[in-house]
Amino acid sequence: MDAFLTSRVISDLLGGMTNGMIYGLVALSLVLVWRSTGILNFAQGAMPMFAVYVGMVALGHYFGYWVCVGIALFAGFVIGAGTERILVRPLYGKPEINPIVVMVGFLTVLEAVAAAIWSSVPRGLPSPFSPIDYRLGGLPLAVSPFSLYEIITSLAVMAAVAMLFRYTNLGLQLRASALAPEVSRLLGVRVNRMLTLGWTLSTGVGTITAILVSSNFFTGLTPQVMDGIFAFGFIAAAVGGLDSPVGSIVAGVVMGIILQFVGDYVNSNAIILAAVAILIVSLMARPNGVFSPVRTRRV
Amino acid sequence: MIRVSNLTVAYGAVKALTDVSFEAPTGAITAVLGANGAGKTTLLRTLSGLKAPLAGSITRDDVELVGMRTENIARLGIAHVPEGRGVIGEFTVEENLRLGALNAKVSAKDSLATQYERFPILGERRRQHADQLSGGERQILSMARALIAQPTSLLLDEPSLGLAPLITAQIMATIKELCASDGLTVILVEQNASSALRIADRAIVLNVGHVVAYDSAAVVAADEKLRQYYLGMAV
Repeated sequence: MDAFLTSRVISDLLGGMTNGMIYGLVALSLVLVWRSTGILNFAQGAMPMFAVYVGMVALGHYFGYWVCVGIALFAGFVIGAGTERILVRPLYGKPEINPIVVMVGFLTVLEAVAAAIWSSVPRGLPSPFSPIDYRLGGLPLAVSPFSLYEIITSLAVMAAVAMLFRYTNLGLQLRASALAPEVSRLLGVRVNRMLTLGWTLSTGVGTITAILVSSNFFTGLTPQVMDGIFAFGFIAAAVGGLDSPVGSIVAGVVMGIILQFVGDYVNSNAIILAAVAILIVSLMARPNGVFSPVRTRRV
Repeated sequence: MIRVSNLTVAYGAVKALTDVSFEAPTGAITAVLGANGAGKTTLLRTLSGLKAPLAGSITRDDVELVGMRTENIARLGIAHVPEGRGVIGEFTVEENLRLGALNAKVSAKDSLATQYERFPILGERRRQHADQLSGGERQILSMARALIAQPTSLLLDEPSLGLAPLITAQIMATIKELCASDGLTVILVEQNASSALRIADRAIVLNVGHVVAYDSAAVVAADEKLRQYYLGMAV
């Protein structure tokens, strides 16, 4: 393989992995809500988008990037907790279509309100990391300080969530509340508080994703900035399995890489088609998701 | 002591319990007996706050429990081991126990060690998922998980359901032993009347939500009519 081709393949792999991490994070935030409350949150992209706009108000007051990030994250936690307490709690135990309709409506409202307050013109959230690619033997490598920032942040968030669930009493209570709410109550677990916390955590993960997306020099922040990414994250969660945090992340990364190659070698218009094709094929082969345990039914 | 006074519970228009009153003394086992649909499980679910009563009162040492949330009742030291064991199959044995130990007064490490000493089989299986355990082992796990927080009252729903007679006898012996050693107030719901009456101090017999007998276990066990009509035991 000549140097140009090698560099192109490596670039596609690295670029795809960076995008894939973002899809994986969106998928993870969807899985967190699904596992804790059995709700598919269609506003999972819009809620973090709104939080980042709130954070960006600080930029207008001459505060730096990290202050803006801190405020956005805090706003994300508040929006997540508030949504669960006010919008979602009355929907538990209702027909499955109800939360879907409510969350799609909430998505529309959030995007409209954001556009009304802050307009739809893309706004830059300039991070301290350069978007200029490193070079390998004179050829660009599709990896920049900014994409390293994206990858390292994504990995850190994933590791933190995994450690929370695996090693802490809080994680134990979150998992127990999702799996067996009644038994958890009988053991003194404050299940309602855990459900709120699940949404808070999920919107926090989503907000970090939205910060990374908005900090991208080529994207910026618009009310619809998370729509496309939400769609890919949603597909990753469905492919990996809505019950499987690890599966959704792996599916996100693999999808990011595949779509990068499709965009580079076929056509950028084929990316969404390829994503839908991946979804259809995987759902036909493994309807519960590639990484979810297959449930056998005794007849 | 747990005191139940004039308790009435309904599912829609159907009354599951009507005007039920009894006392479960401290350090004693009170057996709740009756056929299917008598209201035994509903009684325990109401005691632990999972079901709200229409009327009546439940007190534990003069603290009113009606209207309290389930998790707060549990935090008062009233442990309910539900029917069908209630272990979390996706959790390992140790994770199930850690969940029970969250409200323990001693450290999780110490309380785990106590349970492993009391039930060695759980120590051997600590890393296994609970859904890989046998029925008897699951029952032991759910008992251990309830006991790990050192409760003062234990509500047991059909601990012998689906278990072999030998395991049932072992479980009943453990309950009796714990009651004597830890001064627990035990309310034991059982369909298996003979094994429950063998260890109980008092017994209450329910029939379609009404109390038909409430006396010492020995008196209930000796009452031929009760045995024949309500407890399904040979005369």
